[in-house]
Amino acid sequence: MIHFLFGELGYNALPFYSAIATVAASVVVLGAVVVVGSITWLRGWRALWSEWLTSVDHKRIGIMYVVVSFVMLARAVIEACVMRSQQAVAYDSPGFIPPEHFAQLFTTHGTIMIFFMAMPFLIGIYNFAMPLQLGARDVSFPVMNSISLGLTSAGAVLMMISLCLGKFSTGGWTGYPPYTELSFSPGVGVDYWIWALTLSSLGNTMTGINFAVTIYKKRAPGMTLFRMPLFCWTALCISILMIFAMPPLTVATLMLAMDRYLDMHFFTNALGGNMMNYVNMFWLFGHPEVYILILPAFGVYSETIATFSNKRLYGYTSLVWATVSIAVLSFTVWLHHFFTMGQDGSVNAVFGIATMLIAIPTGVKVYDWLLTMFRGRIRLSVPMLYASAFMILFVVGGATGVMLANPGFDYQVHNTLFLVAHFHNMLIPGLLFGMLSAYHYWFPKAFGFRLNEVWGRIIFACWTGGFLLAFMPLYIVGALGMPRRSQEFFEAVYQPYMYVALAGAALVFCALASMAIQLWTSIRNRDSLRVFAGDPWNGRTLEWSIAAPPPEYNFARIPKVDSVDAFYQAKQQRTAWRAPDEYFDIPLPANSPVGFLCCVSGGAFGFALTWHIWWAVVVSALVFFGSIVLRSFNRDTMRIVPSGEVQETEENWLLALSETPPVANEAMFTTANRGLVREPV
Amino acid sequence: MAYTVEGKGPSHIGIRMSNDAPPSHKEEARAQAEEALFGFWVFLMSDLIIFSMLFATYATMTHALAGGPGPKQLFDIHSAALETIALLLSSFTCGLATLYMRYDGSVKKTLLWFVVTLLLGAVFLSLELHDFIAMAAKGGVPSRSGWLSASWALIGTHGLHVTTGCIWLLIMFAQVAKFGLDPLVQTRFMRLALFWHFLDVVWIGIFSIVYLLGVIS
Amino acid sequence: MSADPRRERRQELHGYIAGLCLALILSAIPFAAVMTGALPRAGIVWTIAIAALCQVMVHFRLFLHIDLSRSHRDDLQLILFSLLIVVLMVGGTLWVLGNQRAMMG
Repeated sequence: MIHFLFGELGYNALPFYSAIATVAASVVVLGAVVVVGSITWLRGWRALWSEWLTSVDHKRIGIMYVVVSFVMLARAVIEACVMRSQQAVAYDSPGFIPPEHFAQLFTTHGTIMIFFMAMPFLIGIYNFAMPLQLGARDVSFPVMNSISLGLTSAGAVLMMISLCLGKFSTGGWTGYPPYTELSFSPGVGVDYWIWALTLSSLGNTMTGINFAVTIYKKRAPGMTLFRMPLFCWTALCISILMIFAMPPLTVATLMLAMDRYLDMHFFTNALGGNMMNYVNMFWLFGHPEVYILILPAFGVYSETIATFSNKRLYGYTSLVWATVSIAVLSFTVWLHHFFTMGQDGSVNAVFGIATMLIAIPTGVKVYDWLLTMFRGRIRLSVPMLYASAFMILFVVGGATGVMLANPGFDYQVHNTLFLVAHFHNMLIPGLLFGMLSAYHYWFPKAFGFRLNEVWGRIIFACWTGGFLLAFMPLYIVGALGMPRRSQEFFEAVYQPYMYVALAGAALVFCALASMAIQLWTSIRNRDSLRVFAGDPWNGRTLEWSIAAPPPEYNFARIPKVDSVDAFYQAKQQRTAWRAPDEYFDIPLPANSPVGFLCCVSGGAFGFALTWHIWWAVVVSALVFFGSIVLRSFNRDTMRIVPSGEVQETEENWLLALSETPPVANEAMFTTANRGLVREPV
Repeated sequence: MAYTVEGKGPSHIGIRMSNDAPPSHKEEARAQAEEALFGFWVFLMSDLIIFSMLFATYATMTHALAGGPGPKQLFDIHSAALETIALLLSSFTCGLATLYMRYDGSVKKTLLWFVVTLLLGAVFLSLELHDFIAMAAKGGVPSRSGWLSASWALIGTHGLHVTTGCIWLLIMFAQVAKFGLDPLVQTRFMRLALFWHFLDVVWIGIFSIVYLLGVIS
Repeated sequence: MSADPRRERRQELHGYIAGLCLALILSAIPFAAVMTGALPRAGIVWTIAIAALCQVMVHFRLFLHIDLSRSHRDDLQLILFSLLIVVLMVGGTLWVLGNQRAMMG
């Protein structure tokens, strides 16, 4: 009976096997208690439910995605610091973390950073900004959007639960079999990993479909594809990548699950299984995934560099084609992740050359950005700092990428820290810096006040300094031959580099702390940072043409677009911010609890499968599909914002706008900026 | 900046709606239906990748018999032929149903042909179930070899899709009972029809690659 | 959209009937080839492959109504792009894993 009720779950699942695990689990539980307690104390449950959890507004969903990613970022950065500390003391010594725990740490660090930090971060930013840039009122399928958020969050919650109940996988973020098969990893760890990934990749596939249809069908009249902001182009490309690259991952993880649960033989050593099938499929997903992670940053930099150089983006068309070719080429290079599998040299040569080809469109982009800055009126805002750091560091990372694209070189540094240094060098400047600049750039649009500038610069300094200190030494030790994922090492020559890397990790931790402080002081001083007029950076695209924060319907009237940078042009011609002659009722999608129900039941489904609680598997699956089916019988899915209300909101804002003194270009970062900037002459 | 006139998006072509709603609503419903159908096409293409991966895995595992029974011993090609006919006929009746729905707006005929579709789907599924039981009886269980795992997964995934289609049909009957053939129900039927035709296309791959190429190997 | 819905309806109905007949024939040919064993093995394989490709096209044209008209342009582009990706993924997988099998075999 007990076994029927709880499956494999028992007292020994509690994290008392090591002090560090106990502390980590207590922090998670304590954090949850504090969050629940403070919501209760602030009497926020009703507002949380009706304004956030059941909201299908793309802006709110976007913000919730970013919240998820910040929580997960904090956990994964702390894990990175713990691992760096271990390696700093690991010369000829077991250090303070046993091997199995160390393996859990690098597995969760990688899994979280890719699937639960990077993906929610970029999806959140797109969710917020892309429909605004297109001149749309929402995405094509708002309820599906909230289901996507629900599934991704369910995966993230599963990751957090794995800290408290049972041990996580030790198979690395790629989860290669046969090690992750039942015979070598009998615990629940790999199951946690499988279901967290499957949930999030289903959510991401749905997001891809949603974004692609939104871009195809919901652009403002007159906005042809070649008049879209470049950020939307990258959104289109990553949606296509998500639509086509997530399925191989889903298939690979589900086949691994079938091996583990149903005793099948896809990737086992015995009875005809072939682990390379897994590796092949994983990277059919994995390489496009790299570009899902990097293209958004390219999009953000294209926006911020143009805005803060006060110049039209140089070579718009070439940037579009470069983006599209990167997206297509990304489907042709997956084999470079397993050059050492044992295939023919000619196969390696083909994929090596294809890999090097990607450097060409990427190079085009870097030159386009440089030429956008050339003779522009550059304002060194926080996003601009990130963009500058990116352009230098990303070229270094790209160069090591071209080195690794050479199979001969790859054989040498395969599985060493050189590789670890390379992909962190791509993903920190190429993803995280991009997303952090997006966060600074659009935060005032989302919440109506700017983030503190000084702390923004401190965060930037910590991230760049921390990154350089933490990862440049790894190139050297990698070339010297230090394997990645080492819990202990025996070469004295590695040791000094490990100390430098630890210092870098400490600085990154400071960056994380500074982010918390920045958010805190910005919220406290929000009144002096307000930019209600809505255009604090002298923006060029449609999202800056409305109030900050935007009204729920985004645009009182859908704008007509006849060029790239239509809003900037309208400002030049003094036709921007014109009150429409008439207001209409605006239909908006009504709130729906389906996304939240899918989150809860999806998470319960994953948890129940992990612990073999079969009755809960059935119940949660029924709740999941039942809520979607029941929703299809609901015809009361729209809500009307009456024209009177629209008129009042708009007139209030237009009045405030006319009373806002425009700030000089040079004073953009002072409290004089109320959301309107004078065009420099 | 100029603004657009509300309720008049770019004109859309493609879906015929036989209802008497006022023109602007009709236009809006058509635009929404078009968006939903395009979105469904995108989903189908994503699903196509799932099937492609299953096919690719299957193809790489044709040698992985591990001494167990192979396609010649396990596959009943007559049963596969019957399944092919059942599914093909169901695709046809499904097409007829959408035809009556879109041009005639006839609830009776639409439902009749969708019910026939459902029955043919059930025939297909029972034949497939029978095949699976026969295979297992001959020792062809999925845990026996890599090749068997891959075949069960590929055929089973298709079967699960058909089952989903049948359940979806049942749900749609309930929707017709509640709402009649209103525009939303119609677009849902259109998507269901796309799904159904798509599964028939996948089946062409299965009977050609798994069954036919299997028994002559 | 053509002016006469009745003509359009008739055309579509004929399309479904033609689709059914063609598809039945194109399924019957490979099944017959395998069941009778009248052809050499390579011939059977080619028959199966060509009949399957033709049948897929029949289904797309007559059941899924994908054609070159303007109103289906988005769908057609999408399908062609998906086809490219499928060819890359499946072709690549067969090549890479086939090569590995030959090398390590």
